[in-house]
Amino acid sequence: MKIWLSAAIALAGVSVAAAEVIEPTDVRFENGAIMESLTGVPGDPAEGRKVMNRGAGNCIACHEVSALSDLPFHGEVGPLLDGVGSRWTEAELRGLVANPKMMFEGTIMPAFYKTEGFIRPGEGYTAKAPEGPLKPILSAQQIEDVVAFLMTLTD
Amino acid sequence: MATGAAMADEDAELVINGEIEMIERTTPPAHLDGALGDTIMSGWIFREDETQAFQMDDFENPAMIYVDKAMDMFETVDGAAGQACSSCHTDVAEFEGLRTQLPRVNEATGKLETMEDIINGCRTGRMQADAWKWSSEEMQSMVSLIGLQSRGMPMDVAIDGPAQSFWEEGKEMYYTRYGQLELSCANCHEDNWGNMIRADHLSQGMTNGFPTYRLSATRLISQHNRFRGCIRDTMAESFAEGSDEFRALELYVASRGNGLSVETPAVRQ
Ligand code: HEC
Ligand code: HEC
Ligand code: HEC
Repeated sequence: MKIWLSAAIALAGVSVAAAEVIEPTDVRFENGAIMESLTGVPGDPAEGRKVMNRGAGNCIACHEVSALSDLPFHGEVGPLLDGVGSRWTEAELRGLVANPKMMFEGTIMPAFYKTEGFIRPGEGYTAKAPEGPLKPILSAQQIEDVVAFLMTLTD
Repeated sequence: MATGAAMADEDAELVINGEIEMIERTTPPAHLDGALGDTIMSGWIFREDETQAFQMDDFENPAMIYVDKAMDMFETVDGAAGQACSSCHTDVAEFEGLRTQLPRVNEATGKLETMEDIINGCRTGRMQADAWKWSSEEMQSMVSLIGLQSRGMPMDVAIDGPAQSFWEEGKEMYYTRYGQLELSCANCHEDNWGNMIRADHLSQGMTNGFPTYRLSATRLISQHNRFRGCIRDTMAESFAEGSDEFRALELYVASRGNGLSVETPAVRQ
């Protein structure tokens, strides 16, 4: 069953690979989850693993993840992410990474796929005013990739 | 999981040169209303053992070189009026206690003034010398020298009367979630002090040690430079050093540490 499902998803991915990316401002949340893929291209867990590190999502600044114990300095601000792939559905994880405030009101965790509604947003980490329209912290495909990685964190 | 990061001895007590006992933890000021639990703590407590040790001995404290330089500057004539600080202030020890009160509202102007403002006021107004840049070595060395005269004394900034509106403004800033990461000072220093964020052990974000000598930067760091860096790290457009916003924030943050000893100049990683 599982094998069949992932094969079907992979096929679906191929057929809609050229599909439009859903822009941050067009994302629809249902109870904090995002039902459809943001790109139509299945996430790559190996790429998602990289997103967890500094230079991209830097998720381990706040979270400990046993599967990433080869990387130094995991933070303690958020919960241990071991087992999140069993606790949440893919749609919920997509919503959680794109904008966790839709799931946990007022959470300290940043929204990684959002471009509006900030107070004094800057140009990256320069402390300066933005030079153009804001980009989300992670691209649509990086969100899909990191969600694919999180789905591998099962108990 | 603080892999690789040596942890601090959080029960350590800060005694400098084996004799000056510091208040490195104490009862919070009433206005905090329990926000930091039952104890406010100096940032020194959260640093690694070696960093802590640097601050416990003035011969080891790298900031003391700058204090010595400031002592020389204090006696050096500068500016068109042909004066040195010492022409008017015979002994720098006369500034004992001043650091505990700053920032404060200047009665004449009604504005908040910091140590930097006062020093530049004397430089431009009385010495007819150029103003020093806020985070310049000269300025922060002099801020350190004058702050050192209050070392050990408890912070005691006024938050009522004419200071109140500035204090409110600073408080508002402290709880504002800036930048694309939408993080406030409180998210890190109130909700998460004691936790690791990446390789950093979060303190309560106190300012009683400023200017601090940062071993990683190998120089003195001003309060406003630290604020600017912390806001930058939220992917925000920061405020400028010496801005009115940062004066107000400086007052509010100082008031959270009322009761902690002045540690100027402290040592941080
Ligand atoms: C600034 C801190 C911070 C960062 C950065 C951060 N998180 Fe979180 N995260 C949290 C906190 C705190 C929670 C708990 C939610 C709550 O109750 O506020 C959380 C919750 C989660 C959860 C749900 C965990 C569970 O067990 O229910 C997932 C999944 C998650 N984060 C993934 C990520 C990913 C992936 C990234 C990076 C792309 C990331 N986080 C970055 C702080 C952070
Ligand atoms: C994303 C997390 C984060 C945010 C948000 C943040 N800081 Fe910090 N801050 C740090 C870290 C990490 C350090 C270095 C370790 C420590 O002392 O906590 C630090 C250090 C400090 C220090 C130096 C403490 C000392 O003893 O040397 C002060 C003061 C400070 N922060 C104030 C602020 C203020 C004011 C704000 C809001 C304008 C703020 N911080 C926002 C993470 C943060
Ligand atoms: C021409 C005289 C003169 C010179 C030169 C001068 N000052 Fe002042 N300074 C004053 C006067 C007058 C005051 C206000 C009265 C007071 O508080 O002592 C003052 C106030 C101060 C104060 C605040 C004292 C307090 O308790 O409120 C500081 C700090 C200070 N000066 C530092 C300096 C430094 C540092 C220099 C050199 C860079 C300097 N001064 C040069 C005359 C001078």
